[in-house]
Amino acid sequence: MNRQNCRTVYGQTLLELARQDERIVALDADLSKSTMTRLLQQEFPERFFEMGIGEQNMVSTAVGLALSGKIAFVNSFAVFAAGRPYDQIRVSVCIGKVNVKIIGSSCGISDFGDGATHQSIDDIAIMRAIPNMTVLSPADGIETKKMTKAAVEYEGPVYIRINRNEMPDVTDENEPFEIGKPYVILDGTDVTVFATGYMVYKALMAAEQLEKDGISLRVVNVSTLKPVDEDAVKKLADGVKGVVTVEEHSIIGGLASAITFILRSAPVPIEAVAIKDTFGQSALDYEQLLEHYGLTDTAIINAVKNVLK
Amino acid sequence: MLICDEKVKELEKIAKKLRFDIVTMIGSGKPGHLGGSCSIAEIIAVLYFHKMRHDPKNPEWPDRDRFLLSKGHAALTQYAALAELGYFAMEELDTLKELGTILQGHPEMLRVPGIEANTGSLGQGLSIACGVAMAGKLDKKDYHVYCILGDGEIAEGQVWEASMTAAYYKLDNLVAILDKNGIQATGPIVERYDTNPHPDKWKAFGWAVSEIDGHDVRQVADAIDKADQVKGKPVMIVANTVKGKGVPFAEGKADFHHGIMTQKQYETARKLFEE
Repeated sequence: MNRQNCRTVYGQTLLELARQDERIVALDADLSKSTMTRLLQQEFPERFFEMGIGEQNMVSTAVGLALSGKIAFVNSFAVFAAGRPYDQIRVSVCIGKVNVKIIGSSCGISDFGDGATHQSIDDIAIMRAIPNMTVLSPADGIETKKMTKAAVEYEGPVYIRINRNEMPDVTDENEPFEIGKPYVILDGTDVTVFATGYMVYKALMAAEQLEKDGISLRVVNVSTLKPVDEDAVKKLADGVKGVVTVEEHSIIGGLASAITFILRSAPVPIEAVAIKDTFGQSALDYEQLLEHYGLTDTAIINAVKNVLK
Repeated sequence: MLICDEKVKELEKIAKKLRFDIVTMIGSGKPGHLGGSCSIAEIIAVLYFHKMRHDPKNPEWPDRDRFLLSKGHAALTQYAALAELGYFAMEELDTLKELGTILQGHPEMLRVPGIEANTGSLGQGLSIACGVAMAGKLDKKDYHVYCILGDGEIAEGQVWEASMTAAYYKLDNLVAILDKNGIQATGPIVERYDTNPHPDKWKAFGWAVSEIDGHDVRQVADAIDKADQVKGKPVMIVANTVKGKGVPFAEGKADFHHGIMTQKQYETARKLFEE
């Protein structure tokens, strides 16, 4: 399986898009080496704005640029891109549907070493709660590239959460990306697993193992967390014996909330694999931290077996 | 551009009309942001009726000068100016804060022609103004960006983040005006959360600073003229003003930050500003 770092893919894609569309500008708060906007900075220094370590001002400044015809990409770690300037995103970006793109890098617990202050377990929840905001979560580098393009083409506020670490390619290069559409990555008949981000890969690993036990999983990549196509979700959950949601995010306000609400009248048991309303912490290894919070293929297998009981 | 005596008289008359509109919009028995709206009447009159390059028939004209009201609660003055200029019908002023109105309690860009951005959650307007000024530089446009802040509002840390952005990016196409009316919602600023000394702070943050009487139309116009000529740095005009200016029972009163006029007060105020 080919592996890519979504941050690098994002930085390269933004640069490629900026070459074609001079409206694109990027703002960063002293993390451009990490968010990879430095690639744009190197080629188009006049279209890159270092905003110092001040995310609130960065968001509102991006609004001013966007109101003047620019497509403004705001970059920081997900905690500082979504959480710190929440009110600026709510008031100056979203009420007016301003064409600002918020890129939350090092999302979830993917910044494993830095601990709870730097790990975003609630960014999906708060971004989903704001009217007019579109919330995206790529499953791999292939999708990151398509989403960055889609964010440019879409007129209005977009939030994209991007993982810090290398991720295996799981989506189809040739399938066009549409905002709002859930994608079936693997079709199956017994249980539907709705997953997002890196957890799509974990769900595929679980599916492979469960196949040996004669259990067939349908793995769905919910890469748009808002708006979610409700009819599509209902159809994908129709006829199976259970549903499992998987996300690298708090169990409150993220994918579990979105899917369970849509399926509130469906006659299927639902289990959620997510971070159980707790902060993250430091670890020396990403996989070790995921395991600590129960975000593993084993946890998904257990959840599947639970809904089949 | 020296301002002639006739223009001064005309702008004073306009400021009076704006105050009439403000009082009428608020009406009696309902709360409204009377104090902070009246303190910027002359500044708004000078900007919209004298200084700014703009076209009420084409609010999105790319070469227009931009105005951002960071202290969004004073939108009544801007609404009055926009209506008087024909951005929208005068009758809209009668619908302030009614369900479905374009004239929300705080300004919304998608509802009102001529409103550039959503402000009112304090401290955000100067940052937006910086972004607009940066885009102007990037696009080699010659428009100016004007932004009014409140002296209570600048307790918001974001204002100082923005002040550093404006200085760092040498935004000499940006002019900020501090409506120094000395009173915030709960009382005098110096007794609550003193944001002084204003000129020293802005100078230290890399701005050119001037100080004027914000109710003297000539001083306002001259200060903005001079500010437009400054090269290499943004300009802050500290405008000394009176909260509720022109409305005797509201002048200098925190109660009229968002106060209710009795029917008698309302009639008194309207008579003061009637032609």
